[in-house]
Amino acid sequence: MLLADSNVLPDNAGYVVAAYLVFLALILIYVVIMAVKMARISRDVAELDELTREPPAARHDVPEPSERTVA
Amino acid sequence: MSGSRLRTLSLLTVVVLVGGYALAAFVAPMDADQGFMQKIFYLHVPMAIVALCGFVYGGICAVQHLRTGKPIWDLRSYVAIHIALILGVGVLLTGAIWAKASWGHWWVWDEPTLVSFLIIFLLYATYTPLRFAIEDRERQARYASVFAVTAGTFVPLNFLAVRAATSLVHPRTFDSANNLPGAMRTAFLVCFAGMVLLFVTLYQYEILHKQTTARLRALRYRLGGDDGLRPRRSAAPELSV
Repeated sequence: MLLADSNVLPDNAGYVVAAYLVFLALILIYVVIMAVKMARISRDVAELDELTREPPAARHDVPEPSERTVA
Repeated sequence: MSGSRLRTLSLLTVVVLVGGYALAAFVAPMDADQGFMQKIFYLHVPMAIVALCGFVYGGICAVQHLRTGKPIWDLRSYVAIHIALILGVGVLLTGAIWAKASWGHWWVWDEPTLVSFLIIFLLYATYTPLRFAIEDRERQARYASVFAVTAGTFVPLNFLAVRAATSLVHPRTFDSANNLPGAMRTAFLVCFAGMVLLFVTLYQYEILHKQTTARLRALRYRLGGDDGLRPRRSAAPELSV
């Protein structure tokens, strides 16, 4: 059974608003965390960009990846 | 997934979600029993279904990981469970708000639907600590996959058990009585589609982020910067590029 033409908000509408705000807050928190991660990636890209601009001789004297061992 | 396709997916998600909740707010009729409070249904139920499906999908990816041994399946399993857990937090919070408004209590311990969801949520809450506890990456991925398969099997079994049990206060969404008529069903289906899209979008962003991080680490290693390939303790799977 439905009340099709009910336009009056009841007193407990606050609960509905709170539930939707919780959802919105969760999504917002997630987006902020993703934004922080993206900023970190952006910093890493800039750092690598700097590395590629350096002449090869100026780079650190490191062995080829195939010669390096992962501890 | 490429950047432009991800952008399109994100836009589609926003449009469908906003459209769904506009339908729920302005088109779907008020429930005679619960009135305006029933509008939480369009948020709480799709989120619960998608969260549970996310856990099952995580289990399916874990099966693939155990079969093929490819790290990408472990990553997919990890990300699916991660997003489903976030939605699970939303389900518990919105459910508690709805319960308080409807039944006068934040939580009802003798209701099978509520308690079973909490058990599943707590079970998956141990997934990340389990991963973090294992330092060896290969063993971590294997153990996590076994966990995801076992827990993923438990989810539908649990759902069926709850369906078979007698409900005290929590209503059943879809049953033979066709208790979701007309505009309510349409609004619900659009909200559900929006929630599925939200899951897929967040999932794709996470996967892309993890893959980009792995590529950057490998690139830095090749360029002779920090040794990014040195194993470091983390719960997240590590991809080799």
